[in-house]
Amino acid sequence: MPERKIRVLVAKPGLDGHDRGAKVVARALRDAGMEVIYTGLRQTPDMIVESALQEDVDVVGLSILSGAHMALLPIIAQKLKEADMAHVLIVAGGIIPDEDIAALKEAGIDAVFNPGTPTQEIVNFITTHVATE
Amino acid sequence: MTLAEQVLQNRRRAIARLITYIENEHPAAQAELATLFPHTGRAHLVGVTGAPGTGKSSLVNELAKGIRATGKTVAIIAVDPTSPFSGGAILGDRIRMRELAGDRGVFIRSMASRGSLGGLARGVYDAINVFDAAGFDMVLIETVGVGQGEVDIARTAHTVLVVEAPGLGDDIQAIKAGILEIADIFVVNKADKPGANKTAAALRAMLDLGNPTGGQMLHHGVLLSVAATPPSPAPPSDWDYPILKTTATAGDGVDTLIETIFRHHHHLTQSGKLADRNRARLAADLENRLQTELLRRLLARTPNGTLSEIIGKLVKRTLSPYNAVHLLLEE
Ligand code: B12
Ligand SMILES: Nc1nc2c(ncn2[C@@H]2O[C@H](COP(=O)(O)OP(=O)(O)OP(=O)(O)O)[C@@H](O)[C@H]2O)c(=O)[nH]1
Ligand SMILES: [Mg+2]
Repeated sequence: MPERKIRVLVAKPGLDGHDRGAKVVARALRDAGMEVIYTGLRQTPDMIVESALQEDVDVVGLSILSGAHMALLPIIAQKLKEADMAHVLIVAGGIIPDEDIAALKEAGIDAVFNPGTPTQEIVNFITTHVATE
Repeated sequence: MTLAEQVLQNRRRAIARLITYIENEHPAAQAELATLFPHTGRAHLVGVTGAPGTGKSSLVNELAKGIRATGKTVAIIAVDPTSPFSGGAILGDRIRMRELAGDRGVFIRSMASRGSLGGLARGVYDAINVFDAAGFDMVLIETVGVGQGEVDIARTAHTVLVVEAPGLGDDIQAIKAGILEIADIFVVNKADKPGANKTAAALRAMLDLGNPTGGQMLHHGVLLSVAATPPSPAPPSDWDYPILKTTATAGDGVDTLIETIFRHHHHLTQSGKLADRNRARLAADLENRLQTELLRRLLARTPNGTLSEIIGKLVKRTLSPYNAVHLLLEE
C-alpha cells in the first residue's frame, strides 16, 4: 500500500564549510518526495559509510568544494563496497574539474554534478537509477 | 539466515534492512517481526519530546554518550516530520549526534513521520522491537518537535522526558501545552541562557497546581479498560516529577539527568508500574493494529465504486454518516 520512498544520505566529506549546495540539493530531493538524511559538515569516510548503513539508504550524495575530491570520494566508494553496500548509488557535486570525472567514475562514483546543474536534473538521475526492488 | 536471525545476532545491516521493510510495509516484515517478538521486552524505552528546537537531539547525543559510559548499549530512533506537500522529508537530527560515530554500541536510525500525527512514525513501535530483540539495553526515541496534541510517545515509552527551553515565547504558552501531562521527567535545556530559572519555576508552580496523571495515559479506546487489575482511582503517586536543568551543548546537568532516568526505571519496576505500562502499551498497539487491519479488510471486500457512491450520497445529504457506517459493515 505505501509507496517505497527513496532514502538519500547527503554528507559533506572533508573540511570545507561550503554547505549551500548540499542544502539546496537536500531540499530539492525532499521536494521530489525523497527522504533525505542530512548529516552536515566534516564527515569522515567512515562516518559516511556507517550512517549509510544504519539508515539503509538507496543513495549516498557527497558535496565537496574543497578540492580534496580525488583523495576522499574513491575511499568512500571503496568502503561502501566493503560494507556490503555496492548497490548504493553514489552521486557527487561541488567544485570538481571535468578532467577528474572519468577517474571518479572509474572509482565507483555514479555521477558528478557541477555548479549550475539544475536540481531537476539531479532528481531525474536519481529516480531513474535507483534500483527498485 | 533470515533477517530475524541476523538481528538476534546484532548484525547492523540486517537491523537497518528490517526497519526499512517495516517503513515500507514490505510483505516479509510481519513474519520476521513475529520471530523477534518473544525476544523483546528487555530494553528500557526512553522518549524525548518537546517543542521544535529545544535541544532534543543535542540532549540525546549527550545522553547516549553518558549511558555508553555506564557500559549499556543504546539505539536511537529520531523522528522528523514528513512534508505534507511533497511526501519527502529532511531528517537532520544526526547533525547533532556526530560524536556518537564510530561506537558500535550505538545505532542511530532517522525516521520520517510519513503522515502520522502523533509525533512519531507508524513504524516506530516495530523498530523499537527490532532494537530490543537485537539486545540494545536502551532505546532513545526523539519525537518530532511537538506542540500540544502529539502525545503518542506516552503510549510508547517507559520514561518520557519533556524538554523545554527558556525564551520560547511567554511561559504560559509553554506550560499550557498538553505534553506536560505526559512527562515523567522535565528538562529545562539551554540553562546557559537567561530565563532558565524562571522557566523551571513556572513548571514547578504548574506541577504543584495540578496533580499529574501519574503517567497513566487515558486512551479513548476500549481495550485499555481491560486492565490487569480493576481500575482504581490512581494511588497517590510516589514519583516526584523532577525538573532538571541542562546545557546540552556543554554536557552540563546530563549526569544527573541520566541518574534520574535510571531512578525512574527503578521506580517503575519497584512499584509494579512497569508491568502496567507494558500491558497498556501492548494493548494500545493491538488496538492500533486491529483498527488498521479491520479497515483494510473492510475496504478490500467493499465492491469497487460503492465507497464513492456512498460518499456521493453523504454530499447530497440523502444518507447520513451514521447509516453509512452500518451500510458498509453489513454490505
Ligand atoms: C558562497 C561561497 C563561499 C561562502 C560559503 C557559504 C556557505 N555556507 O556555503 C563563504 C564566503 C563562507 C566561502 C568561503 C570560502 N571559500 Co568559497 N565560494 C563560494 C562560491 C562563490 C559559491 C559556492 C556556492 O554556494 N554555490 C551555490 C551552490 C548552490 O552551488 P554548488 O555548491 O556548486 O552546488 C551545485 C552543484 O555543485 C551540485 N552539488 C553540490 N553539492 C552537491 C551534492 C550532491 C549530492 C549533488 C548530487 C550535487 C551537488 O548541485 C548544486 C546545484 O547545481 C564558490 C565559487 C563558485 N562559483 O562555486 C566559492 C569557492 C567554492 N570558495 C573557494 C574558497 C577557496 C573559499 C575559501 C577557502 C576562501 C578563503 N580563502 O577564505 C573559504 C573557505 C571556507 C570554509 N570554511 O571552507 C573556492 C574553492 C577552490 C577550490 N575548491 O579549488 C571557490 C571555488 C572560489 C574560487 N573560484 O576560488 N565561500
Ligand atoms: N545555548 C544553547 N543552545 C543549545 C543547547 N542545546 C541545543 N542548543 C542549540 O539549539 C539548536 C537546536 O538544537 P537541536 O538539538 O537540533 O534541537 P531539537 O529539539 O532536536 O530540534 P528539532 O529536532 O528540530 O525539533 C541548535 O543550534 C543547538 O546547538 C543548550 O543547552 N544551550
Ligand atoms: Mg532534533
